[in-house]
Amino acid sequence: MTLRTIPREVILGLVIIALCGVIAARFPNFVRPSNLLSVATDTAPLIMLALGQFAVIVTRCIDLSVAANLALTGMICALLNVAMPGFPMGLMLPLALVVGAGLGAINGVLVWKVGIPPIVVTLGTMTVFRGIIFLLSGGSWVNAHEMSASFTQFPRIPVLGIELLAWIAVIAVLGVYLLVTRTALGRAFYAVGGNPHAAVYTGIDVGRTQFLAFVLSGALAGMTGYLWVARYAVAYVEIANGFELDVVAACVIGGVAIAGGAGSVGGVVLGALFLGVIKNALPVVNISPFWQLAISGTAIIIAVALNARSNRPKGRIILKKAEHSHEPV
Amino acid sequence: MTQTDQSRGAALRVLELDGIVKTFPGVKALDGVNLSLRAGEVTALVGENGAGKSTIVKILTGIYQPDGGEILLDGASIRFPDADAAARAGVTAIHQETVLFEELTVAENIFIGHAPRGRFGMIDWAAMRKRATEILRSIGAEIDAEVKLADLGIASRHLVAIARALSVDARVVIMDEPTAALSHKEIEELFALVDMLKSQGKAILFISHKFDEIFRLADRYTVFRDGQFVGEGKIGDVTHDDLVKMMVGRAVDQVFPKRSPVIGAPVLTVAGYSHPTEFEDINFTLRSGEILGFYGLVGAGRSEFMQSLIGITKPSKGVVRIDDRVRVIRSPAAAIDEGIVYVPEDRGKQGAITQLPIFQNVTLPSLGKTSRHGFTRMAEEFALARTYCERLDLRAASLDTTVGSLSGGNQQKVVIAKWLATQPRVIILDEPTKGIDIGSKAAVHDFMAELAGAGLAVIMVSSEIPEILGMSDRVIVMREGRIVAELEGDEMSPEVLVRHAAGIEEQLEAAQ
Amino acid sequence: MSLSDLHADMTEPRRAPRTIPDRLTSPLRRNLLGWESLLLIVGIAIFILNAFASPYFLSAWSLSDATFNFTEKAMIAFAMALLIVAGEIDLSVASIIALASTAMGAAATAGAGTPVLVLIGLGTGLLCGAFNGTLVTRLGLPSIVVTIGTMSLFRGISYIVLGDGAYRGYPTSFQWFGQGYVFWVISFEFVLFAVLAVIFGLLLHKTNFGRAVYAVGNNPTAALFSGIRVARVKMTLFLLTGLMSGVAAICLTARLGSTRPSIALGMELEVVTMVVLGGVSILGGAGSIPGVVIAAFVLGLVTFGLGLLNVPGIVMSIFTGALLIGVIALPRLIAKWRR
Repeated sequence: MTLRTIPREVILGLVIIALCGVIAARFPNFVRPSNLLSVATDTAPLIMLALGQFAVIVTRCIDLSVAANLALTGMICALLNVAMPGFPMGLMLPLALVVGAGLGAINGVLVWKVGIPPIVVTLGTMTVFRGIIFLLSGGSWVNAHEMSASFTQFPRIPVLGIELLAWIAVIAVLGVYLLVTRTALGRAFYAVGGNPHAAVYTGIDVGRTQFLAFVLSGALAGMTGYLWVARYAVAYVEIANGFELDVVAACVIGGVAIAGGAGSVGGVVLGALFLGVIKNALPVVNISPFWQLAISGTAIIIAVALNARSNRPKGRIILKKAEHSHEPV
Repeated sequence: MTQTDQSRGAALRVLELDGIVKTFPGVKALDGVNLSLRAGEVTALVGENGAGKSTIVKILTGIYQPDGGEILLDGASIRFPDADAAARAGVTAIHQETVLFEELTVAENIFIGHAPRGRFGMIDWAAMRKRATEILRSIGAEIDAEVKLADLGIASRHLVAIARALSVDARVVIMDEPTAALSHKEIEELFALVDMLKSQGKAILFISHKFDEIFRLADRYTVFRDGQFVGEGKIGDVTHDDLVKMMVGRAVDQVFPKRSPVIGAPVLTVAGYSHPTEFEDINFTLRSGEILGFYGLVGAGRSEFMQSLIGITKPSKGVVRIDDRVRVIRSPAAAIDEGIVYVPEDRGKQGAITQLPIFQNVTLPSLGKTSRHGFTRMAEEFALARTYCERLDLRAASLDTTVGSLSGGNQQKVVIAKWLATQPRVIILDEPTKGIDIGSKAAVHDFMAELAGAGLAVIMVSSEIPEILGMSDRVIVMREGRIVAELEGDEMSPEVLVRHAAGIEEQLEAAQ
Repeated sequence: MSLSDLHADMTEPRRAPRTIPDRLTSPLRRNLLGWESLLLIVGIAIFILNAFASPYFLSAWSLSDATFNFTEKAMIAFAMALLIVAGEIDLSVASIIALASTAMGAAATAGAGTPVLVLIGLGTGLLCGAFNGTLVTRLGLPSIVVTIGTMSLFRGISYIVLGDGAYRGYPTSFQWFGQGYVFWVISFEFVLFAVLAVIFGLLLHKTNFGRAVYAVGNNPTAALFSGIRVARVKMTLFLLTGLMSGVAAICLTARLGSTRPSIALGMELEVVTMVVLGGVSILGGAGSIPGVVIAAFVLGLVTFGLGLLNVPGIVMSIFTGALLIGVIALPRLIAKWRR
């Protein structure tokens, strides 16, 4: 068995365990279950955004507006809470989901109906969304004391000893897993990204499928937007600035092919957890948090290099003897 | 035709196209064509490239919408707004292009778009695998339904494509050049499958350029020419020549230019050229004034070898001598400097840059000649381009028009002009007349003869036996990456070529 | 039948020798109907609007100030235009500025003089470009992901070096690159912008290299088969983009007089916007330097005009983003609507 045939998920899982092992050797507290749980909970927003990004990348697109969507939806929720403190909390999450999905739909329509390359669309909407936050908030912060307690407490409600935020992420993971493995739409994501030309011939509407991937990405970003603002009890223009890079990094590290058509939910979750462990470990091992940006940049580059190696086309093998020697031993 | 015959025919007609019109900007691809497909019969659709065959397939499968005319299913008018609608109506196609998904499993490739559903509308993987295995077994394919398509070879992928066509309850099966990538044995298996489909009462539309296949398989024929319906009938009522006459509108013997070759000194000598996976131990000598044919089945490693000669892929061992001096060619740029040029098979992908104007295509490898100190000079470029384009009798509005707006034959002329402008000593033409009209074909052949007459050393890779025999002074046959025969003079006959290319000769030798 | 009979039969009567004209429409006429002309009209309209909106706009000094809004970005945009025409992209340019500026700041703190600082700025840019180019051409990685990675990496190194600190104390002579005037109201940056515009215009439109860039962007395989050294062309373009980012880093650092790791944050977006607004196809293969030059003026005028109207920067980014989408969407929508 060569390195190439080991699934990405297994390699990543082992790397994460090894990473935790190395940290634990000097800082055993890091691997306490309670600490690991808080690492996982801290990583929940990244996981949720990465799930949406995964769907988008699998269809051969990219969504650079996720962080701006998160910030805008978060701000809308915060302002709504300030204006109507009585707004029922049970409706806040669905509302965020719908707002986010709407913002994602804007990206999707521009890609589907107008035919603008996704990177251009989402670079554009990324700045537009941030600008709109400024217009809505007038540039000022919405602080904890302006928000109602039920608003800020929602993601922290413990269920079976685990924060609701983490549970929501678990549900999102399961939901996206079922979507991409067990529904026609999910399989269409792969088909569209793997061979858009062939997808048309099999009756799949490429543009519509990509649109729906953007809506999914937007919905998850919007939902996370509310949870983020509530958990950190503050909303302002620059929230999660640059977070879209971490999201793309999580996908690339998780083995999602940037050219579309390949990737798995398991890989994405592990990719996000890998970044989460690093982020949480830096202060523990006394490395300045300013290292984080460079580390995730390096991780992206290494991951994309690894992806390219495993996806390298095998070419047509004409010689009979070569064909035999290429068979797995 | 008697009265009973006629009524019986009408009853059997499953799908009919009546007066279909399809226009693209500037081109009328289909101009009122008719086509009828009958249950339990194979109808061959015959026509030259550009006759409208691919367009009709796309209309039948819901990819294109006709601008006029009617599609009748069992006599009732129907529309196929998308591929899904056509599939639901029981029209399915095995396409010329690979329309499969590498990253999905075999089962999914067969069922994508109409996968069996279980609870909550979720895909029922177990049922899908079971049915996929059944279908694969029914066509005699030993393929695991759970492996990824990426792990299969070309022939197996083809079987998956066929299985996909059978996975819907198809009444009409369209086969668009299904044998293009298959070996002899696989083609025979495909024919058996077609017979099986016929016996199940399916109506089959069979599109092929190969006359032996058409006469072997088809019950009826329909001929298109330049987007127009020319005629139809029973295959038993026509001869090869009749069909060709209908296709091109006149009787044509393929005429090749008569040459009296003056063969000179060796220009290119290849010794022991090998590649880890594509070809092995290639040896030959090419002389000036000679046309050397390379024959073989698709996938015999001819193009791969030629591309390594110009430095696209690196050989693992072997030596190239030019005029008896050893040369190492690491890139196409180096090959051009050595006077070796390669006119690739895939015009759109490797030959022409279709978005750029004609003159820029022609001068691209010769920019060193038309420029001064690295700065381009338009006048020189136009002059160089005009010289070669007019020589090849290019039909274009101006040298400033994009190559993409030209017909296939004229695009090929631009590509050949581009390589001639470098003033090579060796020109390698890979399937130089594939997919171009008969007029351009003759012009290319004519020109090849002229080039050889002028002392150029020419290598022609071709899978068309008449072309190989009509043009070559000598023929090398390749099979599975190796040279299996080198034929000259009277040895060059269609039978011998086919026997070597298919490996029949080697089997006989081994038996003795 | 002989071949000549066949020919006669096949084709309409031949006029021999048949000549093919060079062109049917003159290049001038084609340009008049092109994207650049449309953009120029938009630019003039914005200029007039600005003149009406603010009485201060039409003074020589305020026009001169307006140029600073685009000169640094445009320098990078010229190189980026070539890179995008060739079918690649570099999203790390703003981060290269941060890294180059940090390197210069460190050198200045250690007492380096102006010539050394300039060399360090240019050298850092070239190194970063070489890093991107190597990953893309040697390992065959997609440039968009590679440069998203190096975007984090390069700025990340600045953060590691500087944290929340800053470098100040650049030599006075160094500041001339960002604050100096060559003649009256004509700044050094503007002169540099104009010179680079001419150089890049000639490079793309009048040289063999420029032709190779178009060939590679439209069809890299056919370009390779035609003897173009595709990898070398791409590598050169990444080096050029890195170098131009180094130049911009010198100007920007000199103008601000300080370096923070957040310097030029998000500038890659504005550069890409400028290039795309200038008519360069994001899918590669088409575009022109004159278009980018006009786009630079248009964007500079919009920013400056909104600034005169006291519109905050973040709101301006709404315009930038909307403009980016709008200019690409509009022709497509019109084409769709016509059909």
